[in-house]
Amino acid sequence: MSEHVTCKELVDFLDDYLEDRLEPPVRRRFEEHLDACPPCRVYLDGYRDTVRLTRSLCDDTDAGPPAAMPETLIRAILDSRRRS
Amino acid sequence: MLSLVDPSLATAEDERRLIAALRAGDDAAYETLVRTYAPRLFPVARRIVASDAEANDAVQDAFISAFKSIDRFSEESSLRTWLHRITVNAALMLLRSRRRRPEQRSIDELLPRFEANGHRVDTGGGWSTAAVEGLEREEKRRLLTRLLDELPDDSRTVLVLRDIEERGTAETAEVLGITPGAVKTRLHRARQALRTLLERELSE
Ligand SMILES: [Zn+2]
Repeated sequence: MSEHVTCKELVDFLDDYLEDRLEPPVRRRFEEHLDACPPCRVYLDGYRDTVRLTRSLCDDTDAGPPAAMPETLIRAILDSRRRS
Repeated sequence: MLSLVDPSLATAEDERRLIAALRAGDDAAYETLVRTYAPRLFPVARRIVASDAEANDAVQDAFISAFKSIDRFSEESSLRTWLHRITVNAALMLLRSRRRRPEQRSIDELLPRFEANGHRVDTGGGWSTAAVEGLEREEKRRLLTRLLDELPDDSRTVLVLRDIEERGTAETAEVLGITPGAVKTRLHRARQALRTLLERELSE
């Protein structure tokens, strides 16, 4: 990475930035770019929200009213056991 | 018949009794198991296979393999966790055996574009974080399922395994038969694509 981080480099290394895997000097250049580039800040915020949204749905098997399963499917599953 | 209408309320003792009854071949116990868990496993499969009909098939496949291996179920895990894992595997297997959506769009169309000098070309307006956080859990789930369907299979599966199922990079690589480097690249592209889809959705 050169002296200045470009918008493309910022996006390419976004996961490393968010997971704090960048060397301190590189991280500083990242933050300089963010300070100077509002569109990249908007991009970063949206990316972070996106990851947060998907993560919030992990393991939702207990959550909310479960989907209604067709009775035919329930019967088919139970029948498959009796057949085997 | 044992009642486990809400598995999160079942005690360890309820679960031990249910497992013992399953191992003894008790029909009522099997019925309880299927009625309790099938509806909860459906969304897990649905995120991977991208159609309701295939998700039903995956849930059925999952139970068939669970029935065969109930004797090997280790009580260190919970039934819910065990069935969840089996369902993810069944859905991935189904997807692999039915790879037939040749018309899938390329993910490139959903990635940000840059000029030759690395400068950003198109910038969307983003959205307010509150707009996402204001959604009910069920609305979030439906929105995300719908947007995930728009991603190509290989991107969607990586995103689901890493960000929703919270599997590690190495495990995801092994399950999908790709390298850890490919997992990281695909995850990054899939997150960017999903971000674009979310932006289109929320800025309308
Ligand atoms: Zn920028």
